[in-house]
This record gives sequence, structure tokens and C-alpha cells, in this order.
Amino acid sequence: MKKPILILLLLIPGLLSAKIWQINNSEDLKAALKLSQANDQIIINKGNYKVLNLEITKPLSIKGLGFPILDAELKGEIFIVKSNDVKISGIRFVNIGETSMIDWAAVKVLESENVKVTGNDFRNCYFAVYLSSSNKCQVAKNNIKGTPKEEQTTGNGIHAWKCDDIEISDNYVEGHRDGIYFEFVTNSRIFGNYSTKNIRYGLHFMFSHQDEYYKNNFVNNGAGVAVMYSKKVKMHENIFNKNWGGSAYGILLKDITDSDIIHNHFLDNTVGIYMEGCSRMNIKQCIIEQNGIGLRIQANCDENHITINNFKANTFDLATNGSVVFNYLENNYWDKYQGYDLNKDGHGDVAYRPVSMFSTLVERMPQVMILLRSFTVTLLDKIERIIPSFTPENLKDENPQMKPNEINAIELKA
Amino acid sequence: MKKTIKYVVYDIIRNRFVMGYTLLLLVLSISFYLFESDSNKGILSLLNINIMVIPLVSVIFSTIHFYNSYEFIELMAAQPISRRTIFFSQFLGLSISLSLAFLVGIGLPTLIFDGSAKGLTLIGSGLLITLVFVSVAFLASVITRDKAKGIGIALGLWFYLCILYDGLVLSVLVNMSDYPMETASLVLSALNPADLARILVLMQLDVSALMGITGAIFHDFFSAKWGIALSFIMLILWVLIPLFFSYRIFNKKDL
Repeated sequence: MKKPILILLLLIPGLLSAKIWQINNSEDLKAALKLSQANDQIIINKGNYKVLNLEITKPLSIKGLGFPILDAELKGEIFIVKSNDVKISGIRFVNIGETSMIDWAAVKVLESENVKVTGNDFRNCYFAVYLSSSNKCQVAKNNIKGTPKEEQTTGNGIHAWKCDDIEISDNYVEGHRDGIYFEFVTNSRIFGNYSTKNIRYGLHFMFSHQDEYYKNNFVNNGAGVAVMYSKKVKMHENIFNKNWGGSAYGILLKDITDSDIIHNHFLDNTVGIYMEGCSRMNIKQCIIEQNGIGLRIQANCDENHITINNFKANTFDLATNGSVVFNYLENNYWDKYQGYDLNKDGHGDVAYRPVSMFSTLVERMPQVMILLRSFTVTLLDKIERIIPSFTPENLKDENPQMKPNEINAIELKA
Repeated sequence: MKKTIKYVVYDIIRNRFVMGYTLLLLVLSISFYLFESDSNKGILSLLNINIMVIPLVSVIFSTIHFYNSYEFIELMAAQPISRRTIFFSQFLGLSISLSLAFLVGIGLPTLIFDGSAKGLTLIGSGLLITLVFVSVAFLASVITRDKAKGIGIALGLWFYLCILYDGLVLSVLVNMSDYPMETASLVLSALNPADLARILVLMQLDVSALMGITGAIFHDFFSAKWGIALSFIMLILWVLIPLFFSYRIFNKKDL
């Protein structure tokens, strides 16, 4: 009985010093931001507020009650955070206009630490959340819907530049250029997000080392997901689904080293995984299903280990552009494998060559695609399987599984 | 005309061969659908049947049947029945019975296991392929009076359309790979009924693979409503044109 009272007594001075500001119109909001002390709480009540370029220069907690609408009328930004420990939640931000000089954003965080942007709605914003040189920030449970225009005139949903130790979680992003954009962001986590219908990438990732992203869904984006020029990235339990188009990839990996792609689901993409200039990658326990090309490894990739994956119902399981490839395939399940298993150890006795003659041919002459699944092509593929001459000699799985590897299904969010 | 068609159809349906053909297709399609976990793979396997086996059976059976009923045709020609009636009753009788075999053998299981647009495209194109090759067979059999020669011509046409043609297209594309061949390959494939049938079904199945740059061109063409309509019209032309020529030859022929 005594302890809670003691804690309460200790807390009272703290509670007294933090003032609560109730806001009912935009003039109030401007005044409150000016007059408030550090650690005050600002509560914005339900309503429609026309605001522009509000700077937050001290640690404040700004909360919306019943989703008040903050409208910039396409003239500028809404919140510019220049202080540590700011919390923004429960607000609906609308109508951020586009500019070509400055990236206008609904919430822009500049050189601050420990800022939390949670549970907000963003509609028709050029950039929704923009983090610049800010560390230890959290962007969570936001619902972001943009109005897609041209690639040049649409901003990113969540944009992070030169940050460290940030967390992007459980957001829904739709209709921006890139759903989530990372450049020079390190030691950060992206999880539980759903990124869809963005005109370029669902997730765009550059020069961002030691990051981890997991349990995200990337569905139906213009060009899928791109991870480029990064080291030690961990990607697991993500779903890459329905990324269709001439240059669309479930995931595009360019110059990635020492990274892990474990237990992901690539479903129904034009190209499931595209690897260019990647080294020492570990692709494991992935389900690669119903893609045009399951996995595409360019010849400049080396020392990649592709093990214990399931390749099912892809038109082409694997494609490459060179003849010598130093990558390792082992213990994968290939539904096109036609070998046998005499000693019943679960591994096929004959190696499987996943690169078909026809996919090599299509590589050189794309128009040959019109002959897909015709008798001639099937015949050529069969001959090539027996006497390989076109396809890379050493790209083969010595231990193909006879039955699919047991990989738990990953849940697709609604 | 109705009466003569009825006799031809009765005659063929009682034939053990057509029974066997129906049963074979039925067993094949049911086992494809049951053994493959994914109905798409079943459709793919049936597609191979559609563009190889069905043309072969249609063309051979029709040619043999035409020559075997030569005496019947001669008998009818002696009656006050027009050549038109004789010819078309033979053609329709064969088409109806082979289409029935196809519909029971492949159509029914496909509708049961996958009644989507993919399945319907497969059935539609397979049906037209049957008609195309019956009509090709008639052309082969009216050209010559000699049964062996006729079957030879029919087999040759099948071999050319179903096997050789793709190889020729491939070699053309490979040799001309320095030129933009997208439109040319579209035209080339439209000139072959088996290719048309294959591509129509593929457009429903391998869409993601075809979404590469070149694939997108094919996809735009063959998936647009007018593209699909045009392909079906091409297939129908493939029925009508050989039929027209064989009818003209048959009409003037000294039986």
C-alpha cells in the first residue's frame, strides 16, 4: 500500500510542471507551440486546422483526439521537428504540395533524437514522414496513402536519410514513389509494414548497413523492392508478391555483401530475386513460387550460398547471363527435377541443373519467348539436360531434395 | 443433310477407336489434375496434349475415315443428293463426333477442376484445333485418290504445323536476332494454328514470365480483348480456308 503512494508523491512535481494545452483552432496551436515549456503536452481536439510550417523546437508531446485534420493546402509543410524527444500521434495530415527544390513533408524531423511518430494518418502528402540525420527515432502504426503522379512529382512515404538506430514498424504505405526509402541509415529495423501500389519501389534501400527488415509485405509495387550498395543486411519472413512488369523484381539486390535472406516468400513476381554484384549472401529457406524467373544471378555474383529453398511452379527456376558462376546451390527442392533417389535418403542421385537451355536463349534473344512451352523448345531443353553445352556447367544442385523442404508458411496480411 | 450427318455421326460414334480416344483423354486429364497439386500444372500438361496429340488423332482419323467411307460417298453421289450435302455431312459428322470426344475427354474434367478463364481458353482452343485438323485432313484426302498418299500428306501437314514450324521460327529468330523481330514473331505465330492455341493458353498462365519487355508486347497483344478475338478469328480462318479449298476440289472431282 505504501509504495504506490510514495511513487505518486514523487511524481506529483513532475505532473505539475508538465502543462496540458487544449487546442481548438490553428491560432491556439501556433501560440501553444511558441509558449509551451519543454515536456508539455499539446492535445489537438477534433476539427479542421489550416496550418503551415510549424516548427517544434522543444521536447513536446502532441496528440490528436479523434483524428483532427491538419491541412497544409498544398502550400508547404506541417510539422518541422528540430528537437529531441518529440512525440506526434493520432493526427491526420493532409495536402502537402510538391516542390522540386525542397522535399516538403507532413512531418519532417531534422537532426533530432528519440522522436516518435505513431498512429497518424497521412493523405495526399508529397512526403509523409521525412527523417534527416536523426537517430533513435520511431515511426510506427501510421497509415499513409499518397496520390501517385509521375515518378518525379511524387515523394516517398517514409523517407530516412543518414539516420542510425531507427525503427519503422507496422505502417501501411500506398501510392507514393517509394513506400519506404532508406539512404545512409544504419543499425535500424523495419518490420510489420505493408507497402503496396507504390509507383517505384515498395522499399528502397541504399548505402544502409547492418539493418534488419522482417515480417513486411511488399505487394504490387511498380518495381518491387530494391536493396543496393549495403552490407550485413538481414531480411527475413517478408512476403514479396505480385510485382509485375518489364523491370519489376520481387527483390533487386545490387552490390550487397554478407547479407542474409532467410525464410521469405516470393510469390507471383516477374523475377523473384535479382542479384547483381552480390557476394557472400546467404539465401536460405525461402519459398520461391509462381514467378516468371525464380532467381536471377548475374555472372558478377560470387560466393553466394543458396540452400534449402523450395522452387515451385516458376516458369524458369534460375537464369544467369554468364557461363562461369561461383555460387553454391545445395539441398533445394526443384519441382522440375526429374531424377531418382535409389538409396532413399531424400536427395536425388543426379545433380539438377536449374538453368534451362531456353532461358539462356531468351537471355540473348528475348523475342524467342513466343516459343515458350512449344515442342521444339521442350526437345531442346531435354537434349541440353543430357549434354550441357550452352548452360553454365558448374551451376548445379548436387543434392536436390526429392520432396519440398519443410518451410513454415508466412502469413500474408490482409 | 440432317439425315446424312446423323448416319455419319452414328457410324463414327459406334467406332471403337473414337470410344478409346475419348476414354484415353478422360483418363489422361483426370490423372493430370489429380496427380498435380496445382491445377495450373494440369492445364500445362493438357496443353501439350492439345497441341500434339489432338491434332495427330484428328488428322489421321479423319483421313482414314474419309477414305474408308469412299464407297459410301460414291453411293450417295449416285443418289439425287448434292455434292455439297455429301461433303459437309461428312465434315460435320466427323467434327461433331471428334469435338464430342474432346469435350467429354478434356472439357468435362477441366470444367470440374478449373473452370476459370484458363480452363475455358484451353477448351475453346482445343475445340478449334480439332476442327482445324479435321479440315486439314479433308484437304489432304481430296487431293489424291490414293489412300496411302493421302495419309502421307495429312501426316506431313501435321508434322509441319506441330513440330517443324516452331523449329523454323526458332531458326529465323536466331538468324535474324540483330533485327527487331517482335512483330515478325507475332505474325509468324499467327500463321500456325498450333502456335495460336498454345499462346492463347500461355497468356492466361505464364503472365509473370511474359512481362519482360518483349513479353509485354506479346502480352499486350494477346491479352487485349481484340487480340484474343483476333486469335480466335485466325483459328476459325484456319478451319474455313482448307475447308473451302477442299470443298472446291471435291465439287469438281471425278469420284
